[in-house]
Amino acid sequence: MNRRSLTRAFLFLLKRDMLISFRRRSEAINPLLFFVIVVTLFPLGIGSDTKLIQAMAPGVLWVAALLASMLSLDSIFRSDFEDGSLEQLLLSAHPVTVLVLAKVTAHWLVTGLPLMLVAPLLAVLLGLPGQGLSALMLTLLLGTPVLSLVGAIGVALTVGLRRGGVIISLLVLPLYTPVLILGSSTVQFAAAGLPVNGQLSMLAAMLALALALAPLPTAAALRLSLS
Amino acid sequence: MGSPPYFYRFTGRLLPWLGAVCFALVAVGLWGGLVEAPADYQQGDSFRIIYVHVPSAWMSLFIYIVMAICGAIGLIWHMKNAEIIAISSAPIGASFTFLALVTGSLWGKPMWGSWWVWDARLTSELILLFLYLGVIALYGAIEDKRLASRAVAILALVGVVNIPIIHYSVEWWNTLHQGPTVTKFDKPSIHISMLIPLLEMALGFKFIYLISVLIRARGELVQRESNSKWVSELLENP
Repeated sequence: MNRRSLTRAFLFLLKRDMLISFRRRSEAINPLLFFVIVVTLFPLGIGSDTKLIQAMAPGVLWVAALLASMLSLDSIFRSDFEDGSLEQLLLSAHPVTVLVLAKVTAHWLVTGLPLMLVAPLLAVLLGLPGQGLSALMLTLLLGTPVLSLVGAIGVALTVGLRRGGVIISLLVLPLYTPVLILGSSTVQFAAAGLPVNGQLSMLAAMLALALALAPLPTAAALRLSLS
Repeated sequence: MGSPPYFYRFTGRLLPWLGAVCFALVAVGLWGGLVEAPADYQQGDSFRIIYVHVPSAWMSLFIYIVMAICGAIGLIWHMKNAEIIAISSAPIGASFTFLALVTGSLWGKPMWGSWWVWDARLTSELILLFLYLGVIALYGAIEDKRLASRAVAILALVGVVNIPIIHYSVEWWNTLHQGPTVTKFDKPSIHISMLIPLLEMALGFKFIYLISVLIRARGELVQRESNSKWVSELLENP
């Protein structure tokens, strides 16, 4: 087995997962709708005070994005677990960590990326100043992959359970806090016209760390869930 | 210590001694802290809550690390007793975390004027409580307890990597809590007559943890091994 076959396995799995979610378009679009609806609910709950909504916009957008990506986590491994293809994946000769990375990448392309693309529209709706928009997109670009990577650990731990859905939020949400703090504060700083290079570098560092480390416990947890 | 029956018998003999040491330490520490130590020049008598608050805050982190280390030992060498210590630690750690939060908030009301402030250390302590609750919930959800304790070990290890990140990100986010007064590298800014009871209490809390984790572990062990010969022998002539 050489490196080329590993790359091929990665790309094949990525393509397969993308194809499956493309065939189930309505399922893939649900987290996005959830994101839009939650963001719409906040002004309704707070009142139509423009200044207040504007001040809360970065936090609201980030919390909603975080919840939306958490809701969609279950789809990373659940259906594969149910039809047995996850077992086949673990039996393959390739390192499970790389295969996990392929599945998480596919999941992010289907859920994280659309969130990032829709977010500026909602930001305008909430009255976020224009200079915050690029920071919002950048932080979501760097932050949502971390959410998917860390979330995959939680899914892998609970995939064998019949009611894993509620527990997964308990496992994963505390681990999400650093991303939330950095993400929303970056947007706040940028909206106020301050430089945000430092925070963006921190977020990029978190992404690098999660990319390197998160697949290891995910793979271990998958082996455990299938044993 | 690897074999369950030996562990059970050994800890059974150890527990009364641990209890005596623990009682002595806590009694001396409480007497020193509540009676002998002078009142603080600014905070008056209400500073005395640190004799419960600070040791439990220390224990909250200490137990999480113990849990992760025992979990790792269980994962790597498949040691049953380490797995059991790891999972028995979780509810105790959660209790200490809760105690630290409650005493902190009781102290905060007269000092800061509110029960809760969104300060860095309070928030990371609260998140630590959530991490503990996640561990407990995961353990409860998986029926096969051997699998459950290994899943919990993975989660605890992930948590240990994350705790510093969470801590520093929250710290950077907001800070109101007073800085560390004991572990500063130069001379501690707490007077020696207040410090000694604090250290006695901290040591006493370590023993409280040790005793409760051993009691829990013994119970868990007997429950898991309920089909084995040594447990039935134990039941016949305790």
